[in-house]
Amino acid sequence: MIVFWILAVVTVAGALSAMLLRNVVHCALALTVAFAGLALEFLRLDAQFVGFAQILVYVGAVAILVVFAILLTRSSETPQTGVFSRTWLAGLVVAAAVFSVLAWAVLQSGAALPHESAAPQVTVAEVGNALMSRYVLPLEIVAVLLTAAMIGAVIVAMHEKKEAK
Amino acid sequence: MSPLSGYLLLAALIFAIGLAGALTRRNAILVLIGIELMLNAANLNLIAFWRYGPHPEALTGFMFALFSIAVAAAEAAVGLGLVISIYRHLHTTDLDEISRMKG
Repeated sequence: MIVFWILAVVTVAGALSAMLLRNVVHCALALTVAFAGLALEFLRLDAQFVGFAQILVYVGAVAILVVFAILLTRSSETPQTGVFSRTWLAGLVVAAAVFSVLAWAVLQSGAALPHESAAPQVTVAEVGNALMSRYVLPLEIVAVLLTAAMIGAVIVAMHEKKEAK
Repeated sequence: MSPLSGYLLLAALIFAIGLAGALTRRNAILVLIGIELMLNAANLNLIAFWRYGPHPEALTGFMFALFSIAVAAAEAAVGLGLVISIYRHLHTTDLDEISRMKG
Protein backbone atom coordinates (compact mmCIF):
# COMPACT_ATOMS: atom_id res chain seq x y z
CA MET A 1 0.00 0.00 0.00
CA ILE A 2 2.95 2.34 0.69
CA VAL A 3 3.92 2.12 -3.01
CA PHE A 4 0.42 3.25 -3.94
CA TRP A 5 0.70 6.36 -1.75
CA ILE A 6 4.14 7.27 -3.09
CA LEU A 7 2.88 6.92 -6.67
CA ALA A 8 -0.28 8.87 -5.79
CA VAL A 9 1.76 11.76 -4.37
CA VAL A 10 4.03 11.82 -7.44
CA THR A 11 1.06 11.71 -9.83
CA VAL A 12 -0.88 14.44 -8.03
CA ALA A 13 2.23 16.62 -7.76
CA GLY A 14 2.83 16.19 -11.50
CA ALA A 15 -0.79 17.00 -12.35
CA LEU A 16 -0.83 20.04 -10.03
CA SER A 17 2.37 21.49 -11.42
CA ALA A 18 1.16 20.82 -14.99
CA MET A 19 -1.81 23.05 -14.25
CA LEU A 20 -0.08 25.68 -12.07
CA LEU A 21 3.36 26.40 -13.55
CA ARG A 22 3.77 29.60 -15.56
CA ASN A 23 6.11 28.26 -18.24
CA VAL A 24 4.21 26.03 -20.67
CA VAL A 25 7.25 23.85 -21.44
CA HIS A 26 7.60 23.07 -17.73
CA CYS A 27 3.89 22.23 -17.70
CA ALA A 28 4.44 19.68 -20.49
CA LEU A 29 7.31 18.07 -18.53
CA ALA A 30 5.17 17.89 -15.36
CA LEU A 31 2.39 16.37 -17.43
CA THR A 32 4.77 13.59 -18.51
CA VAL A 33 5.50 12.85 -14.84
CA ALA A 34 1.76 12.60 -14.12
CA PHE A 35 1.22 10.25 -17.08
CA ALA A 36 4.14 8.05 -16.00
CA GLY A 37 2.76 7.90 -12.45
CA LEU A 38 -0.63 6.82 -13.78
CA ALA A 39 1.03 4.16 -15.95
CA LEU A 40 2.77 2.76 -12.85
CA GLU A 41 -0.59 2.72 -11.03
CA PHE A 42 -2.00 0.67 -13.92
CA LEU A 43 0.90 -1.76 -13.61
CA ARG A 44 0.23 -2.05 -9.86
CA LEU A 45 -3.40 -2.88 -10.69
CA ASP A 46 -2.20 -5.94 -12.70
CA ALA A 47 -3.18 -4.31 -15.98
CA GLN A 48 0.21 -4.70 -17.64
CA PHE A 49 -1.00 -4.21 -21.20
CA VAL A 50 -2.87 -0.99 -20.40
CA GLY A 51 0.10 0.26 -18.38
CA PHE A 52 2.52 -0.20 -21.26
CA ALA A 53 -0.01 1.18 -23.75
CA GLN A 54 -0.27 4.24 -21.47
CA ILE A 55 3.51 4.67 -21.53
CA LEU A 56 3.66 4.25 -25.32
CA VAL A 57 0.69 6.48 -26.15
CA TYR A 58 0.86 9.18 -23.46
CA VAL A 59 4.46 9.42 -22.32
CA GLY A 60 5.62 8.69 -25.87
CA ALA A 61 3.22 10.21 -28.36
CA VAL A 62 0.91 12.72 -26.65
CA ALA A 63 3.72 14.42 -24.68
CA ILE A 64 5.78 14.83 -27.87
CA LEU A 65 2.68 16.17 -29.68
CA VAL A 66 2.13 18.71 -26.89
CA VAL A 67 5.75 19.85 -27.04
CA PHE A 68 5.49 20.22 -30.84
CA ALA A 69 2.32 22.29 -30.48
CA ILE A 70 3.96 24.50 -27.82
CA LEU A 71 7.00 25.16 -29.99
CA LEU A 72 4.95 25.72 -33.17
CA THR A 73 2.70 28.26 -31.46
CA ARG A 74 5.46 30.05 -29.53
CA SER A 75 3.59 29.57 -26.26
CA SER A 76 6.86 28.94 -24.48
CA GLU A 77 7.22 32.67 -23.75
CA THR A 78 5.47 33.37 -20.46
CA PRO A 79 2.71 35.96 -21.04
CA GLN A 80 2.85 39.22 -19.11
CA THR A 81 -0.90 39.39 -18.54
CA GLY A 82 -1.07 36.34 -16.26
CA VAL A 83 -1.65 32.70 -17.07
CA PHE A 84 -5.11 32.32 -15.56
CA SER A 85 -8.37 33.30 -17.19
CA ARG A 86 -10.51 36.19 -15.93
CA THR A 87 -13.12 33.73 -14.66
CA TRP A 88 -10.62 31.62 -12.71
CA LEU A 89 -12.56 31.81 -9.44
CA ALA A 90 -15.71 30.28 -10.99
CA GLY A 91 -13.62 27.49 -12.56
CA LEU A 92 -11.94 26.74 -9.25
CA VAL A 93 -15.28 26.64 -7.42
CA VAL A 94 -16.75 24.24 -10.02
CA ALA A 95 -13.72 21.93 -9.78
CA ALA A 96 -13.80 21.95 -5.96
CA ALA A 97 -17.53 21.17 -6.00
CA VAL A 98 -17.01 18.26 -8.42
CA PHE A 99 -14.20 16.87 -6.26
CA SER A 100 -16.20 17.14 -3.04
CA VAL A 101 -19.19 15.35 -4.58
CA LEU A 102 -16.99 12.55 -5.96
CA ALA A 103 -15.01 12.17 -2.72
CA TRP A 104 -18.22 12.20 -0.68
CA ALA A 105 -19.71 9.46 -2.87
CA VAL A 106 -16.56 7.31 -2.60
CA LEU A 107 -16.29 7.73 1.17
CA GLN A 108 -20.01 7.06 1.68
CA SER A 109 -19.85 3.77 -0.22
CA GLY A 110 -16.56 2.73 1.43
CA ALA A 111 -18.07 -0.23 3.26
CA ALA A 112 -19.85 -1.55 0.16
CA LEU A 113 -16.71 -1.55 -1.98
CA PRO A 114 -15.01 -4.95 -2.40
CA HIS A 115 -11.77 -5.58 -0.53
CA GLU A 116 -8.70 -7.53 -1.65
CA SER A 117 -9.34 -10.03 -4.40
CA ALA A 118 -7.03 -12.44 -6.20
CA ALA A 119 -4.93 -10.79 -8.85
CA PRO A 120 -6.37 -11.55 -12.30
CA GLN A 121 -3.88 -13.19 -14.63
CA VAL A 122 -4.22 -11.46 -17.99
CA THR A 123 -1.72 -12.46 -20.64
CA VAL A 124 -1.20 -10.54 -23.86
CA ALA A 125 -2.44 -13.62 -25.75
CA GLU A 126 -5.78 -13.40 -23.91
CA VAL A 127 -6.04 -9.69 -24.70
CA GLY A 128 -5.35 -10.41 -28.36
CA ASN A 129 -7.92 -13.21 -28.46
CA ALA A 130 -10.54 -10.96 -26.86
CA LEU A 131 -9.76 -8.14 -29.30
CA MET A 132 -10.10 -10.50 -32.26
CA SER A 133 -13.28 -12.24 -31.10
CA ARG A 134 -15.64 -10.42 -28.74
CA TYR A 135 -14.29 -6.88 -29.27
CA VAL A 136 -13.56 -7.07 -32.99
CA LEU A 137 -16.25 -4.53 -33.95
CA PRO A 138 -15.03 -1.83 -31.50
CA LEU A 139 -11.48 -2.55 -32.70
CA GLU A 140 -12.45 -1.89 -36.31
CA ILE A 141 -14.37 1.26 -35.35
CA VAL A 142 -11.34 2.55 -33.43
CA ALA A 143 -9.19 1.83 -36.49
CA VAL A 144 -11.54 3.90 -38.68
CA LEU A 145 -11.64 6.65 -36.02
CA LEU A 146 -7.86 6.84 -35.80
CA THR A 147 -7.54 7.01 -39.60
CA ALA A 148 -10.18 9.74 -39.79
CA ALA A 149 -8.57 11.67 -36.92
CA MET A 150 -5.14 11.45 -38.53
CA ILE A 151 -6.41 12.69 -41.90
CA GLY A 152 -8.47 15.39 -40.16
CA ALA A 153 -5.55 16.60 -38.05
CA VAL A 154 -3.30 16.81 -41.11
CA ILE A 155 -5.92 18.72 -43.11
CA VAL A 156 -6.70 21.11 -40.23
CA ALA A 157 -3.05 21.88 -39.50
CA MET A 158 -2.01 21.94 -43.18
CA HIS A 159 -0.77 25.25 -44.49
CA GLU A 160 -3.21 26.68 -47.02
CA LYS A 161 -1.01 28.15 -49.70
CA LYS A 162 -3.84 29.82 -51.65
CA GLU A 163 -4.85 31.98 -48.68
CA ALA A 164 -1.26 32.87 -47.88
CA LYS A 165 -0.88 34.59 -51.27
CA MET B 1 -10.13 1.89 3.83
CA SER B 2 -10.24 -0.60 1.00
CA PRO B 3 -7.61 -0.21 -1.74
CA LEU B 4 -10.36 0.51 -4.27
CA SER B 5 -11.37 3.64 -2.30
CA GLY B 6 -7.79 4.89 -2.52
CA TYR B 7 -7.74 4.51 -6.29
CA LEU B 8 -11.17 6.13 -6.65
CA LEU B 9 -10.12 9.10 -4.49
CA LEU B 10 -6.90 9.51 -6.46
CA ALA B 11 -8.87 9.45 -9.73
CA ALA B 12 -11.36 12.00 -8.35
CA LEU B 13 -8.49 14.29 -7.30
CA ILE B 14 -6.77 14.08 -10.72
CA PHE B 15 -10.12 14.67 -12.43
CA ALA B 16 -10.71 17.78 -10.30
CA ILE B 17 -7.18 19.08 -11.01
CA GLY B 18 -7.69 18.56 -14.75
CA LEU B 19 -11.10 20.24 -14.62
CA ALA B 20 -9.72 23.21 -12.69
CA GLY B 21 -6.91 23.57 -15.20
CA ALA B 22 -9.22 23.29 -18.21
CA LEU B 23 -11.53 25.94 -16.75
CA THR B 24 -8.94 28.44 -15.50
CA ARG B 25 -5.91 28.40 -17.82
CA ARG B 26 -5.72 30.89 -20.69
CA ASN B 27 -3.46 28.89 -22.99
CA ALA B 28 -5.43 26.58 -25.31
CA ILE B 29 -2.73 23.89 -25.14
CA LEU B 30 -3.02 23.76 -21.34
CA VAL B 31 -6.80 23.41 -21.61
CA LEU B 32 -6.19 20.34 -23.80
CA ILE B 33 -3.71 19.03 -21.21
CA GLY B 34 -6.41 19.40 -18.56
CA ILE B 35 -8.82 17.39 -20.71
CA GLU B 36 -6.18 14.66 -21.13
CA LEU B 37 -5.76 14.51 -17.33
CA MET B 38 -9.53 14.09 -16.92
CA LEU B 39 -9.58 11.23 -19.46
CA ASN B 40 -6.70 9.57 -17.62
CA ALA B 41 -8.52 9.82 -14.30
CA ALA B 42 -11.51 8.09 -15.89
CA ASN B 43 -9.19 5.34 -17.16
CA LEU B 44 -7.84 4.84 -13.64
CA ASN B 45 -11.42 4.38 -12.40
CA LEU B 46 -12.15 1.82 -15.13
CA ILE B 47 -9.01 -0.20 -14.38
CA ALA B 48 -9.56 -0.07 -10.60
CA PHE B 49 -13.15 -1.29 -10.92
CA TRP B 50 -12.02 -4.02 -13.33
CA ARG B 51 -9.32 -5.19 -10.91
CA TYR B 52 -11.54 -5.30 -7.82
CA GLY B 53 -14.79 -6.21 -9.58
CA PRO B 54 -16.42 -9.64 -9.42
CA HIS B 55 -15.46 -10.81 -12.95
CA PRO B 56 -12.00 -9.56 -13.95
CA GLU B 57 -11.61 -12.46 -16.41
CA ALA B 58 -14.32 -10.90 -18.64
CA LEU B 59 -11.86 -8.05 -19.43
CA THR B 60 -14.63 -5.45 -19.86
CA GLY B 61 -13.12 -2.54 -17.91
CA PHE B 62 -9.70 -3.41 -19.29
CA MET B 63 -10.91 -3.18 -22.91
CA PHE B 64 -12.87 -0.01 -22.17
CA ALA B 65 -9.70 1.65 -20.86
CA LEU B 66 -7.75 0.46 -23.91
CA PHE B 67 -10.30 1.95 -26.34
CA SER B 68 -10.50 5.08 -24.23
CA ILE B 69 -6.72 5.55 -24.61
CA ALA B 70 -7.08 5.21 -28.40
CA VAL B 71 -9.92 7.77 -28.54
CA ALA B 72 -7.95 10.15 -26.29
CA ALA B 73 -4.97 9.92 -28.62
CA ALA B 74 -7.19 10.80 -31.60
CA GLU B 75 -8.67 13.71 -29.62
CA ALA B 76 -5.22 15.03 -28.72
CA ALA B 77 -4.06 14.92 -32.37
CA VAL B 78 -7.14 16.78 -33.68
CA GLY B 79 -7.17 19.24 -30.77
CA LEU B 80 -3.53 20.23 -31.14
CA GLY B 81 -4.00 20.49 -34.92
CA LEU B 82 -6.86 22.91 -34.28
CA VAL B 83 -4.70 24.95 -31.87
CA ILE B 84 -1.97 25.25 -34.50
CA SER B 85 -4.54 26.26 -37.12
CA ILE B 86 -6.05 28.90 -34.80
CA TYR B 87 -2.58 30.24 -34.01
CA ARG B 88 -1.89 30.60 -37.74
CA HIS B 89 -5.08 32.65 -38.23
CA LEU B 90 -5.10 34.79 -35.08
CA HIS B 91 -1.43 34.67 -33.92
CA THR B 92 -2.43 33.83 -30.36
CA THR B 93 -3.41 30.81 -28.26
CA ASP B 94 -4.88 32.95 -25.48
CA LEU B 95 -8.48 31.81 -25.05
CA ASP B 96 -9.59 35.13 -23.53
CA GLU B 97 -8.65 36.83 -26.82
CA ILE B 98 -10.21 34.22 -29.12
CA SER B 99 -13.80 35.36 -28.75
CA ARG B 100 -15.21 35.01 -32.26
CA MET B 101 -15.87 31.96 -34.43
CA LYS B 102 -15.35 33.75 -37.75
CA GLY B 103 -11.79 33.54 -39.08
